[in-house]
Amino acid sequence: MVTVAHYLVLAAVLFSVSVAGIFINRRNVIVLLMCIELMLLAVNFNFIAFSRLLGDTLGQVFVFFILTVAAAEAAIGLAILVVLFRNTRSINVDDMDTLKG
Amino acid sequence: MIEYSPAAAEIFLATAICVVLLVDVFLRDEQRMITYWLSLVALLGTAACTGLFFADQTVITFYGSFVADSAAGVLKLVAYLAVALVFVYSRDYLAARNLFKGEFFILGLFGLLGIMVMISAHSLLTMYLGLELLSLALYALVAFNRESATAAESAMKYFVLGAIASGTLLYGISLLYGVTGTLEITELAERLSEPDGMDITALVGLAFIVVGVAFKFGAVPFHMWVPDVYQGAPTPVTLFIGSAPKIAAFALAWRVLVEGLGDAHSSWQGMLIVLSILSLAIGNVVAIAQTNLKRMLAYSTISHVGFILMGFIAGTDDALSAALFYTVSYVIMAAAAFGMILLLSREGFEAEQLEDFKGLNARSPWFAFVMLMIMFSMAGVPPFIGFYAKLLVLGGLIEAGLLWLAILGVILAVVGAFYYLRVVWYMYFADPVDEAPIVAPGSMRVVISVNGLGLLALGVFPGFLLDLCVRVL
Repeated sequence: MVTVAHYLVLAAVLFSVSVAGIFINRRNVIVLLMCIELMLLAVNFNFIAFSRLLGDTLGQVFVFFILTVAAAEAAIGLAILVVLFRNTRSINVDDMDTLKG
Repeated sequence: MIEYSPAAAEIFLATAICVVLLVDVFLRDEQRMITYWLSLVALLGTAACTGLFFADQTVITFYGSFVADSAAGVLKLVAYLAVALVFVYSRDYLAARNLFKGEFFILGLFGLLGIMVMISAHSLLTMYLGLELLSLALYALVAFNRESATAAESAMKYFVLGAIASGTLLYGISLLYGVTGTLEITELAERLSEPDGMDITALVGLAFIVVGVAFKFGAVPFHMWVPDVYQGAPTPVTLFIGSAPKIAAFALAWRVLVEGLGDAHSSWQGMLIVLSILSLAIGNVVAIAQTNLKRMLAYSTISHVGFILMGFIAGTDDALSAALFYTVSYVIMAAAAFGMILLLSREGFEAEQLEDFKGLNARSPWFAFVMLMIMFSMAGVPPFIGFYAKLLVLGGLIEAGLLWLAILGVILAVVGAFYYLRVVWYMYFADPVDEAPIVAPGSMRVVISVNGLGLLALGVFPGFLLDLCVRVL
């Protein structure tokens, strides 16, 4: 029997994986963008599980908004990535070190 | 039946942005001034809408997701003022660098719309949407100069860290939704005030939300983006990020933590105390080591955020009014400080190093004096407004029985005074490195002078602003 707790644990695991991915990954900015998407999807899991548990549609409505915003966010992220690549010819995370102090 | 009039200002601004966007498409580059004036007219019209439909009583509309109250009205008016200052200060800087494009004004107005939605949010969903509207506009603005590698790098850092912040905030919201079954802020407060309403899941959700708020404020240890973005972004964008979004961050903390999670004050108080002490310590100490003025002001922002958080820590009505007063005065100070960098910059030259302010008194005694007022105000020297803001927040802390934190705050503020006074020392007692005359146009000189004198005037007569802050909260 799959209970709401299973979904919550899955969401928590996905969320942790995405955070770990962002901080461990040192190679590729595109992987960072993927991790960000994963993080939002983990939240969506939570919302849907709770929505089902509470018998309330509000959580599902929230998911639609998150999906829309995530699409806009990915568009902006990729656009910035293009600008970055044009200027530095690299999308390596380790190369983003001109600003520090 | 939905009541639309409380959201008149938002509706007007959204329409006006579409008009500006459409008009801008048909303009040639040399007609770009029309976009500039239209944006200012849009701001004026939005301010008029806010004034006309000013809500003395709290009105909740759009099925409980939008609220109009007097605090929202005042916060919005301050945001309009900040954005108008940004536009006026930025005009010639952008024109001199071939950056005078419609995008700057349109994205700026979209950011403002996001701030307004956040200020009036009465549901966590509205809050999230406002936050994203603001953040997405800001990410694009930071990368706005497409030729600059540092701008692109800082935009990427801002984007990634900002997205983590949004994700964290959302995760917290989802947990709170699971516990309470509602997203509306007043209902949330009701459910959580029931006995054992605040269970462990809600506390975990609360912790995630505090992390999200701290990210948006730029409080230590979630401040990594602040210095990089302030330094890497074009100065007009730094000016924007440094001023108006602070009002949004205040609104976020106030609506969610105080109005929604007020019953859990004892739970988030401890977290904010840690954030506040770390922000004050790291902000003030690291700022001393900076040679870039924009980066120094970034660390100064971090330390000011520590003070704003103190108002929330104390949690009394007076202390919250003090935090609001501090936020408003910080926005005015930050606008003036970044405005000075823009004023001294000219074609092919950025006045963003501390060196560039050396001997300013010999070049322009008046603007050296304006900068002196700004720095004294930020350092908290009487009779400027910054002093009064600090005094109020510390008073609130002492009233709430947190004398030790107030003393710590004073000590760290004194440490911080060093780097502000160093700028003053450079201006008056060092030989100028740069001898070129200041080329800024008359309108900007007048506005920045008024802005600087405002810091003095509000410091000498703080009664009006203070009264306003006490009345609306």
